[in-house]
Amino acid sequence: MMNVIWVTLFGVGIVVAGFTGHIEAVTAGILNGAKDGVFVSFGLISIIAFWLGMMKIAEDAGLVASVSKWVRPFARWLFPSVPVDHPAMGSLIANMSANILGLGNAATPLGLKAMRELQELNDKKDTASDAMCTLLALNTASLTLIPATMIGLRMEFHSTSPAGIVGATAVATLVATAAAIVLDRLFRARSRRVKREGITR
Amino acid sequence: MMGVLSTVSTWALPMTLAFILLSGVARRVPVYDSFVTGAKEGFGTAISLIPQLIAMMVAVSVFRASGALTMLVRALDPLLHLLHFPPELLPLALLRPISGSASLALVIDVFKIHGPDSFLGKIASVMQGSTDTTMYVLTVYFGSVGIRNPRYAVKVGLLSDLVSVIASVFFVTWMLQ
Repeated sequence: MMNVIWVTLFGVGIVVAGFTGHIEAVTAGILNGAKDGVFVSFGLISIIAFWLGMMKIAEDAGLVASVSKWVRPFARWLFPSVPVDHPAMGSLIANMSANILGLGNAATPLGLKAMRELQELNDKKDTASDAMCTLLALNTASLTLIPATMIGLRMEFHSTSPAGIVGATAVATLVATAAAIVLDRLFRARSRRVKREGITR
Repeated sequence: MMGVLSTVSTWALPMTLAFILLSGVARRVPVYDSFVTGAKEGFGTAISLIPQLIAMMVAVSVFRASGALTMLVRALDPLLHLLHFPPELLPLALLRPISGSASLALVIDVFKIHGPDSFLGKIASVMQGSTDTTMYVLTVYFGSVGIRNPRYAVKVGLLSDLVSVIASVFFVTWMLQ
């Protein structure tokens, strides 16, 4: 997939430049692009290092465990197929809590742990279970309270209000996460219906 | 609504940081040491972006400089205009679910051409910041336990990305303009 995207952008660019008669734009584009890649990555060190430092404090303060209390009832509603006392439920709650706090680095290992434990409950080992699909819906939509990288990138490009997009981002991410939960429920209900009708037929 | 949202934007970051610091102190965390330990990882994280970002920035930059991007935008303009969707952001909307580095390169391109505080710059910021790279998350999570049939998970992920794209345009248009 990455191959296709890269070759398409790069290749179409070179061909179009050739046909429209400014092939020299290719060389300039390559030099500028490569320079920007390095420039931006170095610039992001400041905000990413700062943010990961703060996130480490949040992690060490046990904020994930504090948020878990509030997440628990919601997790039970989202994952009805997972027994309440199964270790998978604990990992799911921890993954959701870390996501809500914006601890991306902590959320991924917790999510992968939840996947392994959900796999124990899964009858068909090569097919995603209902609970796995829900976990993926939550993690692909990825609720983001503070978009730290974007704030840093906006700072690098001299925005007059780097954090000005935080409010709009919070609303957009809430809407998208809500949509992911609703869509997951709808598709789950549909797949059950298809299965049931398949059996009665 | 605009006032509320800009207040949220201004206060969210400082309040979050104050909350984290206070919780750390309340739980007797050695906050300074924790911060330094966490921040150390930041260097590696940012630097590890370089190869992908060079690859993608070069491709996007050539695509832009050749005039291909302008041609694409012009061709799509009549259709997207009907939908009130800015055609300059279509490549970003399409690549956001597939590649984090490609979409980041496109956001940087928008910032360079239009500026981060322009209408397009704000929408690009929200689009990039409000969601995760769906195809990447699916690959990592399902790959880790050997799931080959993802059932409806791909559809749910991509449809919620579509919602996120629409929401980004909508909320920036109505709340930040």
